Amino acid sequence: MLAVTALSVVFLRDLFTTVMLFGIYSLLSAGFFVTMDAVDVALTEASVGAGVTTMLMLGTLALTGRKEKAHRKPTSMLPLAVVTVTGLVLIYGTLDMPFLGDPDAPVHQHVAPRYIEQSYEEIGMPNIVTSVLASYRGFDTLGEVVVIFTAGLGVLTLLGLSGDSPHRARPVAMGHHLVLRVIARALIPLILLYALYIQFHGDYGPGGGFQAGVIFGAAIILYTLLFGLTKAERVITPVFLRYMMAAGVLIYGGTGVLSLLLGGEFLNYNVLAHDPLHGQHYGIIAVEFGVGVTVTAVIISIFFNFTGRGSQPQEEKQ
Amino acid sequence: MSTTLGLYNYWIVIFLMMVGFYVVIAHGNLIKKVVGLNIFQTSVFILYITMGKVDGGAAPILDDAVTAYSNPLPHVLILTAIVVGVATTALALALIVRIKEAYGTVEEEEIHSQDESL
Repeated sequence: MLAVTALSVVFLRDLFTTVMLFGIYSLLSAGFFVTMDAVDVALTEASVGAGVTTMLMLGTLALTGRKEKAHRKPTSMLPLAVVTVTGLVLIYGTLDMPFLGDPDAPVHQHVAPRYIEQSYEEIGMPNIVTSVLASYRGFDTLGEVVVIFTAGLGVLTLLGLSGDSPHRARPVAMGHHLVLRVIARALIPLILLYALYIQFHGDYGPGGGFQAGVIFGAAIILYTLLFGLTKAERVITPVFLRYMMAAGVLIYGGTGVLSLLLGGEFLNYNVLAHDPLHGQHYGIIAVEFGVGVTVTAVIISIFFNFTGRGSQPQEEKQ
Repeated sequence: MSTTLGLYNYWIVIFLMMVGFYVVIAHGNLIKKVVGLNIFQTSVFILYITMGKVDGGAAPILDDAVTAYSNPLPHVLILTAIVVGVATTALALALIVRIKEAYGTVEEEEIHSQDESL
């Protein structure tokens, strides 16, 4: 099914349909991840791929036009040939790979058994994914948060800092749809609540800072779509967002520095409390919170910037 | 288990990867290229996640009733990769918006011809 959706993406020239199909494709792959036992990943893919990415692509389409130009020169066979050859070589390579679901595959022999057997004693959290993410591989995750922060900065630089020019025209809200407005009023608090649940329940069930940040951001984006950018920016000002972006990274790094000061290694949470298990727990909550704050702020400010750009033509119609 | 059944997950991954690759090299529209790149990216996610799967394993959330778990490590890597992916996609889209403003088009060929005529 994934393959069919992906193929149709290739052949469609209407970019709007392409983007919608891509959203469906993401949702399908999220379902696939659940059957592969990767619940945390599925949650992320569903909120990011099907929600935020689609939204951003639509935002871009609004700015650049939805039709792909008809093919220029007679379509050469070169790309197709390159792709086929590469694919065949890769398939030849898979002949040596372990079978799907084989418990003796090399991936499962190293590191992973240790996480599964000992993470509960060392970290004290049922969700292994969270323990690995925030504690064992804390450095990696810190790096990724910094990447997200940098991408957010990049978008801000490229698309200008919205809010600095209040005279700029603002997009029209969809607030005149009564049904939409009423339903959204009821839904947005629930979405926000759900995001908080995901944020703080990540230790026990699937979830964590990344997913919560995205869902929180999605709620604010919904609000912006319905009530307009101006109103949304009054609730969460762009300046506040910029501080929050940095604050999340600082909370994460600060936790690391704190554990340094208390006599442990960087990001070793054992020293944060009187016994290692509690320390780990505090550390992970702080770090996940930092992740959540940065992700939320980056997503919202990226969205604000995209909508802030597309405003002029819409305003002229009024 | 026969070879075909045991390895079909890799073949689907490769197929998706090649579809994404084809979109990137064969299409001139920049937005289409970003979509292709995202398909490519998803195929890599699927590759990792299928490698982490263990027959009869459960999701890696500890529970006394469960004996076998799927490998949590690929999950962690992919989880963060997805979010980083959306951030970089956003950056790419922002670049496209700027290109549109500078050139008035997002078709690669038209951009090249404009560059040459300068």
